Amino acid sequence: MNKAEYTITVYTENQIGLLNRIAIIFSRRKINVDSLNTSPTEVESVHRFTIVIIETEDVVRKLCRQIEKQVDVLKAFYNTEEEIVWQEMALYKVPTDEIAEKVKVERLLREYGARAVVIRKDYTVFETTGHREETAGLIRALEPFGLIEFVRSARIAIIKDSSGFHEKLKSYELAAPGEELVENEFLNQQDEVFTM
Amino acid sequence: METLQLEKQETIAPLVTQVSGSVAVLEAMIAENVNEIFGYPGGAIMPIYDALYDYQNKLNHILVRHEQGAIHAAQGFARASGKTGIVFATSGPGATNLVTGLADAMIDSTPLVCITGQVFAHLLGTDAFQETDVINITTPVTKWNYQVTDATEIPAVLAKAFYIAASGRPGPVLIDITKNAQLQVFDYKGYTKCQHIRSYRPKPIVRKEYLEEAAKLINEAKKPFVIFGQGIILGSAEKEFTTFIEKGNLPAAWTIMGMSAIPTDHPLGVGMLGMHGNYGPNVLTNECDVLIAVGMRFDDRVTGRLDKYARQAKVIHLDIDPSEIDKNVKTTVPVWGDCKETLPMLTALLDKKDNSAWIERFAEFAREELNTCITPELNPESEELTMGEVIKTLNELTGGNAIVVTDVGQHQMVACRYTKYNSSKSNITSGGLGTMGFALPAAIGAKFGAPQRTVVAIIGDGGVQMTIQELGTIMQTGIAVKIMILNNQFLGMVRQWQELFMDKRYSFTDIKSPDFVKVADGYGIAGRKVSDRIDLAGAVKEMLDFDGSYLLEVMVGKENNVFPMVPQGCSVSEIRLK
Repeated sequence: MNKAEYTITVYTENQIGLLNRIAIIFSRRKINVDSLNTSPTEVESVHRFTIVIIETEDVVRKLCRQIEKQVDVLKAFYNTEEEIVWQEMALYKVPTDEIAEKVKVERLLREYGARAVVIRKDYTVFETTGHREETAGLIRALEPFGLIEFVRSARIAIIKDSSGFHEKLKSYELAAPGEELVENEFLNQQDEVFTM
Repeated sequence: METLQLEKQETIAPLVTQVSGSVAVLEAMIAENVNEIFGYPGGAIMPIYDALYDYQNKLNHILVRHEQGAIHAAQGFARASGKTGIVFATSGPGATNLVTGLADAMIDSTPLVCITGQVFAHLLGTDAFQETDVINITTPVTKWNYQVTDATEIPAVLAKAFYIAASGRPGPVLIDITKNAQLQVFDYKGYTKCQHIRSYRPKPIVRKEYLEEAAKLINEAKKPFVIFGQGIILGSAEKEFTTFIEKGNLPAAWTIMGMSAIPTDHPLGVGMLGMHGNYGPNVLTNECDVLIAVGMRFDDRVTGRLDKYARQAKVIHLDIDPSEIDKNVKTTVPVWGDCKETLPMLTALLDKKDNSAWIERFAEFAREELNTCITPELNPESEELTMGEVIKTLNELTGGNAIVVTDVGQHQMVACRYTKYNSSKSNITSGGLGTMGFALPAAIGAKFGAPQRTVVAIIGDGGVQMTIQELGTIMQTGIAVKIMILNNQFLGMVRQWQELFMDKRYSFTDIKSPDFVKVADGYGIAGRKVSDRIDLAGAVKEMLDFDGSYLLEVMVGKENNVFPMVPQGCSVSEIRLK
């Protein structure tokens, strides 16, 4: 079976430690995670992981079942690239004088669908959103002009034929709403507490 | 800290009382009908132990000698009683000592709730004394874990813990409670059992169409073969399963974990699967036309080489855990669900059939195995005792009514091959993880879990030295555990492999042992050592009849091997009889 790029979408409760629980499902099998994003969803208290890996479908299916087995996971899906709409965002920092002198900024912006987020005397930060080829294209265009820093976000993806998570969630809910996240509120009290 | 006696509140309006987090933990235990707690105190769990001081008439805390002993004891307790095992341990080393047991319970699906103490919440991440990141260390080996930093969370979190540990496919749950939360006094509104978690579906929905397909396959099969695992025991579906195989006249073989779910002399029981299982079930796996797997997970020790495993057969897999379907063996018909529900549904669709010609095939193989392997093991002509004849003697004296707890290695395989079992939950062993040192503490736990039954721990001379300190637990509690050390003066299983596959290069398998009877004596435990056939039956009887714990060391042949054997990397049909 051939390996391909799969986007795994995981709906979860908002729980501390769940990121680790999901991440070790990949690392235990020595599978590299290409990209990972966590975000809120259209449903309050439900979180969404978007994970990109390159593997065979068989492996991806098993991984999804292992993920879904975790107590705090509501549902895990996997999709091929054709089944999703996806975007990544990238930021580029370049010396302003180089850019201003040597390239036509407007041309760059138009060609790569980029926009300037910050323009300062010393540097300018461009931003672009798109597929990997597009964000990588702008790196190549900017490299000759002293690209100082580059960063790309994780992939975010929408499943084309998904009707959202509201309905599915209702069937899980019965009487139990999501729980509130409890964080450690004592960390900043170190000096005031006597300990043994 | 004053303990508040909380009598059962039958009234609807919850009575709000001020209690500490520690008391809330113990109240949760009482609400969940816990009697036994296996534990070891330490700095970070002292508030809970302080509260426990006032609960001694309600909760029986068993002080072990090492936290690993506590968790194996809790496992033995859970396996013998069907209830959830409880462990208390402190932070840092106390918690890390639980890891082996957690991994063992995880892979063998044993319900446990472990409570670990943790440093004060404000010290988390500061490398405080006895601080370890227990949550992250235990994440891969727990079904669920959670850190409590605020006492108000305790009732709900423990309710969740008990629910998750025991429901669906059971497993270990660890709750790490910071010391401040144990000390914190809060408004306690009572304890409500957890029945539902929206992100957790312990039982998949049963799909009727698959049951119908499965029944059709079984009804059309000429050579149907059932293989079953611990799922039957965990699902309390022994009766349902027996009805199922009896209606369809289906020959059934057990995995090591499924053993004792049906009596070992059941006419349709054809033996044990796997590397040291019986001849017939292994070979005929590659001859059957429909393989019906119930509550088992196709471990590599069962399947041997996967690409040569039951390729000719259509596979029906009944399991409560959807992630097990297709994990190792491709399934033709998956039957998701609790086998207590699915088996009767499937039985209803079965035709009554006579498979006697097919069942006779198993008998043929059994006869060959009897002549080549079993008779020489059980009735040896050599002067040296064999492990097999020790088990035979034990069977004769217990009648198959004892709980037999085994450790890991040759004695485990021999015990599982030859022990007679009449009732379920009688075979307790470390199956998936293969944890040496499991048996002694697990036997202690098993006796607490089934006090009316005889518990015999069969242990090798290697394994017993891994947790021998638990003799101290026996001494202090006075629990009656029968300990049989089968001493071959070797780490026998590894030695067997070295002999068969590594040119007899016995690299560090020659192990020296202390005088076990003297060690037992030091703990005030009666004991005896035998090496002659003539003394064996009398010694085993003395052990069983003795009022209290007893350690019997049996010197057995040094270089005996366990056969049959499916060599690693071979197909199950390539099983060797010698």
